[in-house]
Amino acid sequence: MLTIRNLHASVNGKEILKGIDLQVNARETHAIMGPNGSGKSTLSAVLVGHPAFEVTQGEAIFNGQNLLAMPPEERSCAGLFLSFQYPVEIPGVSMVNFMRTAVNEHRKYQGKEPLNAGEFLKLMKEKQALVELDKSLVNRSVNEGFSGGEKKRNEIFQMAMLEPRLAILDETDSGLDIDSLRIVAQGVNQLKRPDNATIVITHYQRLLDYIHPDVVHVLYNGRIIKTAGPELALELEEKGYDWLK
Amino acid sequence: MQQYIDLFTQHKSRIEASCAPLLNQAREQAFETFRRTGFPAYRSEDYTHTDVPGLLQEDFGFYLNRPASSGAFPLAFHCQMLLQTAFSAYDVNGYFYSGEKNQPLPEGVFSGSLNVFAERYPELFSAYYHRLAMQEADGLAAFNTAFVQDGYVLYVPENVIIENPIQLTNLLIGNQRSLINRRLLLIFEPGAQAKVLVCNHTGNEQTAMAATQVCEIFAGKGSVVDFCEMEECSPQTIRLAAHYVRQESSSDVRIHAITLANGTTRNNYRVDLAGAHAELQLSGLTIADQRQRTDNYTVIHHQVPDCRSHELFQYLVEEQAIGAFSGRIIVAPGAQHTEAYQTNRNLLGSREARMYSKPQLEIYADDVKCSHGMSTGQIDETALFYMRSRGIPEAEARYLLKLAFTMDVLRGIRMEGLSDRLKWLVEKRFRGELIKCQGCI
Ligand SMILES: Nc1ncnc2c1ncn2[C@@H]1O[C@H](COP(=O)(O)OP(=O)(O)O)[C@@H](O)[C@H]1O
Ligand SMILES: [Mg+2]
Repeated sequence: MLTIRNLHASVNGKEILKGIDLQVNARETHAIMGPNGSGKSTLSAVLVGHPAFEVTQGEAIFNGQNLLAMPPEERSCAGLFLSFQYPVEIPGVSMVNFMRTAVNEHRKYQGKEPLNAGEFLKLMKEKQALVELDKSLVNRSVNEGFSGGEKKRNEIFQMAMLEPRLAILDETDSGLDIDSLRIVAQGVNQLKRPDNATIVITHYQRLLDYIHPDVVHVLYNGRIIKTAGPELALELEEKGYDWLK
Repeated sequence: MQQYIDLFTQHKSRIEASCAPLLNQAREQAFETFRRTGFPAYRSEDYTHTDVPGLLQEDFGFYLNRPASSGAFPLAFHCQMLLQTAFSAYDVNGYFYSGEKNQPLPEGVFSGSLNVFAERYPELFSAYYHRLAMQEADGLAAFNTAFVQDGYVLYVPENVIIENPIQLTNLLIGNQRSLINRRLLLIFEPGAQAKVLVCNHTGNEQTAMAATQVCEIFAGKGSVVDFCEMEECSPQTIRLAAHYVRQESSSDVRIHAITLANGTTRNNYRVDLAGAHAELQLSGLTIADQRQRTDNYTVIHHQVPDCRSHELFQYLVEEQAIGAFSGRIIVAPGAQHTEAYQTNRNLLGSREARMYSKPQLEIYADDVKCSHGMSTGQIDETALFYMRSRGIPEAEARYLLKLAFTMDVLRGIRMEGLSDRLKWLVEKRFRGELIKCQGCI
């Protein structure tokens, strides 16, 4: 589904990613772990096309398409989704309007008719229930005045609405209380299908107790320095990262 | 300027012949003021960004033959800005026409031509006409008063409430480059309530049209006044408007200045809070692109204690357009417990776009709450990217963000359905569609 080869990226002339190789297949769940500042968010930002980052070398192929050549909106329509570590507040743009525009752009890309108001509201209701997102939140502006936990749930709600092929969850668990964590994790698990995949970026085993990874990577200083099975996460939880450096 | 002095001297008798004698009474003195001061000089303190003499330097034609007044509006023109109106009126090139299907208004209300009002209510006319405008020796207001031949008057007697809005549509039509002078006089006696929407349109995209407008609003004790003015004119249009508002105690006034499309616009708002517990909301929204210019100049004068004013002006300036905002707030000595809040937010859409903002707070009382905030910036790139990352194309995301920006001002409009209607017009404006309020012209 996603093949990354020798990916280098920099911001303001400073190299952050120093040669990343990664292969993610359908059905798989990958966990990327690593200390703060190692480049995890940068990797996800580069994959979804954040304009602040410059790719200096390497490639990323997503379902046969050259991902890095596509504008961010096209990457989204092609099935890539990022649950942001820091979701953005957009005062004045309602959740409903935002999501309806997004969903219908996805449908347009797939050659489908846009949903009418009734169909759209039905879909919203259904997905809202999945992440137990308070009904009042979808009547507000995007993320405006949402608590930390509500913002993260809203990310998973958007993911549920857009049904991506590959979802990247960037520290979706940080700042969540136990109940929210469970709800978010259950939501993610329910969205799993044989033809999609998930990358979970996290510091903690906590989330991985719910979302079981098939593969665990350690990203350190812009490089993936270790890749192993789910037992690696437990080992990291116990020993930290220092033994790997 | 000399051509206007000559014109007045030559045609004074013709102008006067077609107007009510009371209307002519203010004329001579105003002309003397204009002869003495001329138009406000470019770069003078209050006219830093609008060159009035330059704009009016060229020769404009004048309409001097006022048609028989109070005639029904002659054109097939239906503005559908409002679903329900209590009364509709037109001002075509400075002359008043009544709308077709007007229902009777509550007893005692006058809604009609300035000349008819002068004849029918001479005492009221003399008590109010030009009373606010004359306080300032402003050359523009003096010019208007010297040349004006007609206009619109709304008089709402004590405790009379007009539920549905009144709509006045100002039209500049014809294919002669011309200068017209328009007058509005709105009188609210104590406890009176009414809402007025003024739409400004031009009929011909090619012809240069200039309009001066003087609007005086008297908000009596406990009155509730909504005044929303919307401009949607051609790039060839020059609008020079001065609004004078006097608020008595416990009056509640809301003014909106919406500039959706225009050429060169100068709006002056001078509001005197003259009675305790008066409350003012003065808001403006400007959307400008191409080479449009909008200059809003406001003075809010807290003359007595215990009044509140909220001022909010937002500008979206794109391409080579220029926006200017000047917000002067004066809190007089002894005007304690004043609350005065001013906000000016601007969004620049290009490198060439310019915005000039000048807040000016002059506070001579110590027990007051006053604040002002100004910000000028670009579209929020983080929000833009967030939206794109969900599949929304960049142009659409920009459009949604711009629309969101305009909502702060539109939200405050108290006329049923009008903010939705304006939102719809703003949407069309952003989509680059010809904006004519549905069915208009
Ligand atoms: N916009 C930026 N400008 C400058 N440096 C940045 C920017 N974004 C990230 N960095 C730097 O890149 C490195 C990696 O950051 P990040 O990808 O956020 O790490 P992680 O998500 O693994 O904690 C850090 O040193 C950080 O300071
Ligand atoms: Mg991070």
